[in-house]
Amino acid sequence: MPAATALEATTADGALLVLAIILPVIGILLSFVLGGRYAERIAGILLPAGLGVACIVFLKAWHSEKSLSYIVGNWQPPLGITLCADGLSVAMMVAMAIVICLIGVFAHANFGSRAVSVETRAPMVFWVMLMAISGAMNMIFISGDLFTLYVALELLTFAAVPLVCLDGRAETLQAALRYLLFALLGSILYLIGTALLYGSYGTLDIVLMSQRVHLEPATLAAATLMTVGLFAKTALFPLHLWLPPAHAGAPAAASAVLSAVVVKGSFFLIVRLWFDVMPGLLSVAGAQLVGALGASAIICGNVVALRQRRLKLLIAYSTVAQIGYLFLIFPLAADPLHLQYGDALTGGMLQAISHATAKAAMFMAAGLVYASLGHDEISELGGIARALPMTMFAFGLGGVCLIGLPPTGGFLAKWLLLEATVATAQWWWAIVIIAGGLLTSAYVFIVLSRAMGAPSEPLTLHAAVPKYQEVAALGLALLSVLLGLVALGPIDVLQVGRPEAPMAWLR
Amino acid sequence: MSIASVFDVALVALILAIGASTILVRKAFAAVVMFVVYGLLLSIAWVRLHAVDVALTEAAIGGGMTGLLLLGAVARSRSVNVGGPWIGRPARLATCALCALVVAGLAIAMLHPPEVIPTLAPTVMESLPQSGLGNPVAGVLFVFRALDTLLEKVVLLLALLGVWSLAPDRAWGGMPGLHVYARSDPTLIFLAQLLPPVGIVFGIYMCWVGAKDPGGAFQGGTVLAAMWLLVIVAGLQKAPAIGRLWLRGLLVAGPVLFLAIGLAGWVFADAFLAYPAGYAKPLIVAVEAALTLSIAVALGMLAAGPPERAQQQ
Amino acid sequence: MNAATLFGLCGAALVGIGLYGLITNPEPLRKILAFNLLGGGVFLLFGVIARRAAVAGLGGDPVPQAMVITAIVVAFAATAMAIALVQRLGDETGRASISSDSSGTGDGEEKS
Repeated sequence: MPAATALEATTADGALLVLAIILPVIGILLSFVLGGRYAERIAGILLPAGLGVACIVFLKAWHSEKSLSYIVGNWQPPLGITLCADGLSVAMMVAMAIVICLIGVFAHANFGSRAVSVETRAPMVFWVMLMAISGAMNMIFISGDLFTLYVALELLTFAAVPLVCLDGRAETLQAALRYLLFALLGSILYLIGTALLYGSYGTLDIVLMSQRVHLEPATLAAATLMTVGLFAKTALFPLHLWLPPAHAGAPAAASAVLSAVVVKGSFFLIVRLWFDVMPGLLSVAGAQLVGALGASAIICGNVVALRQRRLKLLIAYSTVAQIGYLFLIFPLAADPLHLQYGDALTGGMLQAISHATAKAAMFMAAGLVYASLGHDEISELGGIARALPMTMFAFGLGGVCLIGLPPTGGFLAKWLLLEATVATAQWWWAIVIIAGGLLTSAYVFIVLSRAMGAPSEPLTLHAAVPKYQEVAALGLALLSVLLGLVALGPIDVLQVGRPEAPMAWLR
Repeated sequence: MSIASVFDVALVALILAIGASTILVRKAFAAVVMFVVYGLLLSIAWVRLHAVDVALTEAAIGGGMTGLLLLGAVARSRSVNVGGPWIGRPARLATCALCALVVAGLAIAMLHPPEVIPTLAPTVMESLPQSGLGNPVAGVLFVFRALDTLLEKVVLLLALLGVWSLAPDRAWGGMPGLHVYARSDPTLIFLAQLLPPVGIVFGIYMCWVGAKDPGGAFQGGTVLAAMWLLVIVAGLQKAPAIGRLWLRGLLVAGPVLFLAIGLAGWVFADAFLAYPAGYAKPLIVAVEAALTLSIAVALGMLAAGPPERAQQQ
Repeated sequence: MNAATLFGLCGAALVGIGLYGLITNPEPLRKILAFNLLGGGVFLLFGVIARRAAVAGLGGDPVPQAMVITAIVVAFAATAMAIALVQRLGDETGRASISSDSSGTGDGEEKS
């Protein structure tokens, strides 16, 4: 396998991958010493720097059409650890870096620490955790080692959980505790799988393992446990119960980063597992089962979202539903009989990215609505569209992306998935995709029509909303709309480093 | 059946019995005591598995520190201990079936090892001389998989910040409460005066021998942390306010040095986290020493809990 | 059956026991306890995998042994965070339970 062994060497720009991981680490260490007063300034420098690194990595991979890799400490695997950025990694890195930076802009209003003279709790925690999430996500995207991925997962968990209960109310503490327990269960299941796989193949390196892996009891047990553990962390139905209270209770900026970014980490790992570590091992029945869970998530999440009375809970349940779409790639892309690796996988990744931008925009908009009204009861939203037109426009655009109307990224993603259902003759998933879109449009319409309606009594605004917060939300919403245009070019990057239709010789 | 295997069977039976009763026993306090015993039994199992490094870590952290944390939590929650309802019988049976399935899957995996058991032990021993270390586990932690070890220190810092984040706003920057015991008694004070000098020497010794023999930064750090906590719990010294610069400095000293040496490796040894030939051992010993301190402070502060009293200036 | 396999089965059983406790016991502290018990079983599996791969004059493969040391520290950090959460929750509400009937939904509506 010349293509596979060629990966195991440091490429020209591989050093950038190290930077992508250690920039946030430097930020965390600096913030501890310099104190919370400087945390925002440090994040303000390092997060955009991380975005810059991600963009360069993206461009290098796109132009050279090759993965970047780096061998840490010059110790070849299986002894050492490699970092490897393929097409999926670079696309996710850039997308998440952009979302995190814009969330940083938005969060300045709530967690600004430039003006204060002493370190305060919430800003210190928020900015350090935001940097940690950015570092952990990069690690998940580029690590080529199963145990390093475990450490990255734990980094992500410990960064995400405190964000849920930043305000210290009892209900958010409860949500955080439940989230922590689910996440810990997920990590430990993943860890068992890592142990079993090492026991069977004597390596943790993804490339080496993919060459050795075959179906045997330990591998089957490992794959099942790891997948279920990651399902719990991704909040796939029916393990989603922790998500709505955690995401809806957190401060708006934190909700945005949790819903848009954090859940994509464990999802990405599931994709890595089944498409790179154990390619071709997923059975048809297994793929259909995962698809069925995804479909149930779409239907249940959307139906429950329709019945919510509070805006933030509605958006949180909508996340449960949108996560469901991500898992449709397993029956559509991993079907060993059809080998349609291309379209469905691209569609799934695009769904992850467009959901990230749209959902971050919607949570920000909901946060602004909450800040100015003092509540987020959907029935009492009348008049808010007139008071905060830019915010509600951002919310609407995000909703349009979730529904999947052209030319948004959501449209392109769902179109690619639909195409894959036709190509693989699995019409039942197409019904779910379309039904999900209809349900989504129902609740987006309800919220927008309430917001544009007349208020029952004259609207009193609790607080003025800074313009730049509205601009950040709108920026993300516009990104989610413009994402549809990637079809014109950069979408090819997702195929970089991907073997062309593996096992095609079978036919 | 040899004497050793009789011992192993008895040990496994005991571990399982204690483990099951940890789950099934009604009183939380009894469960925690069972758990501490479980941790100690596990470290004997680790010795039987010829992994003394892990046995030390398990005894120090798995049994000792975790037990201390849980005991403190139980002691404190006794007044507010209102357990919710247990889930119903059908759900319990279903859970039972699920767990049995997991056990069966793992047992089958354990009973069917690959025909040729893969191992990295020879590869590690081949490459170990380059680092100048004698302990292969330390070699894996600080040379071959140094990235994991570095990032895990960051995980520890994040967990600590996560614990601190649970403080009320007004207490931020202040001192942790640490209510393991309501009041200190003379025995405790006597122990706190007697043990730390011995413990500190032992902790440093463990860190030092870690390069050659079982032991190392984690185990040494844990012993130091335990001594420090003993002094605090006995009331001889107060837990430091979390805003103190020296505390923050100690916390990051290990990771910062590790990262700095890793970055220097980029210049002097051609790769991030590579050590220049000939300098590996002194550099690693320096990193281990700094990490021992950072780990001790981090573990101690994790156990001490979130700040509760505002800092007195 | 050799010693490694015996401890392997022990680890598997401990995973099951811990999982049962984690799922069924409603008390958060007992859930944390069960998580640690489960962790102990998982670590033992690593030890068995290390032990059965013993060659080159070593008592076991050092790679899984090193991973366990890392994982034990992470599990301790997780336990500390979980306990701090439980205690703060206890302070805030006077009762610490994460049963689903008292989740954020109902309380939140009354407050906001």
